[in-house]
Amino acid sequence: MTYSDGGGGTPGQSLMFAATKLNTRNHRLQWLVRALFGLMTLILIVPVGIILGVLVVRGGPAISLEFLFSFPRDAMTAGGIFPALVGTMWLVAVSLMASVPVGVAAAIYLSEYAADNWLTRVINLAIINLAGVPSIVHALFGFGAFVIFAGFGTSILAASLTLAVMTLPVVIVATRESLQTVPMAFREACWNMGATRWQTIRIVVLPNAISGILTGVILAVSRTAGETAPIMFTGAAFFFPFLPHSVFDQTMAMAMHLFVISTAVPGASDELKYGTALTLITLVLLMNAVSIGFRSYLRGKKKW
Amino acid sequence: MVKATPLAIDIHNLSLWYGDFQALFEVDLQVKQGLITALIGPSGCGKSTLLRAVNRINERLGDYVRTTGEIHVLDQDILRNDIELAQLRRHVGMVFQRPNPLPLSVRDNVLFAHRIHRADEKFNRRKEDEIVEHALRRVLLWDEVKDHLGREATGLSLEEQQKLCIARLLPIKPTVILMDEPTSALDPKGTAALEELIWELHGDYTILIVTHNMAQAKRASEETAFMLLGRMVEHGLTEQVFLAPREKETADYIEGRYG
Ligand SMILES: Nc1ncnc2c1ncn2[C@@H]1O[C@H](COP(=O)(O)OP(=O)(O)OP(=O)(O)O)[C@@H](O)[C@H]1O
Ligand SMILES: [Mg+2]
Repeated sequence: MTYSDGGGGTPGQSLMFAATKLNTRNHRLQWLVRALFGLMTLILIVPVGIILGVLVVRGGPAISLEFLFSFPRDAMTAGGIFPALVGTMWLVAVSLMASVPVGVAAAIYLSEYAADNWLTRVINLAIINLAGVPSIVHALFGFGAFVIFAGFGTSILAASLTLAVMTLPVVIVATRESLQTVPMAFREACWNMGATRWQTIRIVVLPNAISGILTGVILAVSRTAGETAPIMFTGAAFFFPFLPHSVFDQTMAMAMHLFVISTAVPGASDELKYGTALTLITLVLLMNAVSIGFRSYLRGKKKW
Repeated sequence: MVKATPLAIDIHNLSLWYGDFQALFEVDLQVKQGLITALIGPSGCGKSTLLRAVNRINERLGDYVRTTGEIHVLDQDILRNDIELAQLRRHVGMVFQRPNPLPLSVRDNVLFAHRIHRADEKFNRRKEDEIVEHALRRVLLWDEVKDHLGREATGLSLEEQQKLCIARLLPIKPTVILMDEPTSALDPKGTAALEELIWELHGDYTILIVTHNMAQAKRASEETAFMLLGRMVEHGLTEQVFLAPREKETADYIEGRYG
């Protein structure tokens, strides 16, 4: 290599692009900020790790096929959790069947069809506020509306609908956010070729928003499986050692069962309690894992 | 080979991979200081990739991008690990295809890099005013915007935005300005205005400009380099490349037979 001017420095030695004092200071600051934020993340993760660790260590020994697939015995101080496990799955499934279609449809309406006027804004605000309503209030609402007024009695249906109302805002907000990340240019391109709004939504907007919608569903699943208060008056039984046959039956549920054996059943072993908690968490994580897997599959296909 | 004019950029044997895909093959390119060098070639031949290697902006993609070979900027080997990227990018500015002013006022846009690099230690309003005026005059934008420097830059016309994007590089005194199809988002008037500006800057800055516009390359550059499929095919004085290309591929491309 030939350089014309013999200008300063041995070739290959970087004088010009060496770090100045300011650069070094900036790097140090940058490192500090990064470390600080990393620490915050750690503070967030550590309790979760500890909880999981304790549950696995103390509840792990209780887990067996027998534990998972048998009924509680001896006034719930022994035996398994099968009816509660099945009951929770019923509750999650039925409430998703209600909250996902309604929530997604409402979000599509609000983001794709509704004009941006004060009414829409009030509705949006109301939805956000709905997310902040304490679950016990939802419970009372569900009791009044579904158990008594609609005449469903204390049943899976009433409990699931109560849970659905509770998780609706989560689904709506997540869906609306993800619809809004789809660039306007795509919609305009569709409209320009004569597509209707619905064709545009179905062919272009929804496929690109689906991963965000699934995020909402994941959050909804976790809340549905974990809540106790909303189902306590509406469909979850203290002790109901049968498998439900239809949505009009009562049922046991994991969260409720855990609450009951931890507070109201003298003589239930710690192992039983921890085992139940571990199963509940594992169930939620499994359901989330499925949606997350599906979501990353869909994201991988997305190309912009 | 001894060059009369000092080199601003000296690329030697540069290969670059995106994952398993090789985008550049043993590219050599020598860009002389103070000249305008046009980089032409069909879409996808690696012009942007080459440009982005020079200020190492490709590295934001992480290990996905692998580079071998040598790039010297002002005699400094810039692929070394101890290169301070902030300094490199200060000396090697870049202008993108779509004008990308920051969502700040016109004034704050011009002063952004200046403040980041804190060219003077103390804040000095009068000094800043001078810098803004000088930079905006240099890009022929001062008269249009001098009465509303506080306005959002994103509200300017595309032509003004692109000029602003050049103006914001000037306060930190770059040596090289890389331009990746800087006029392709502009109308003919804007294009002409920008070409005028590029000539205006010529001499004080080394400009490496990618363009798909043959007329522009012919008009607005002193040297031209032609790339094809990740390889450097030909590099010479612009008249020579356009009037008497050495390689058949160059002739074919210039006459519009592909690309
Ligand atoms: N991030 C990336 N990952 C994988 N391949 C890439 C990436 N960026 C560019 N490429 C590929 O590298 C090749 C060169 O791309 P580059 O953008 O440098 O071409 P170009 O000459 O600038 O084209 P154009 O004139 O269209 O801007 C192309 O084949 C392109 O598909
Ligand atoms: Mg390009």
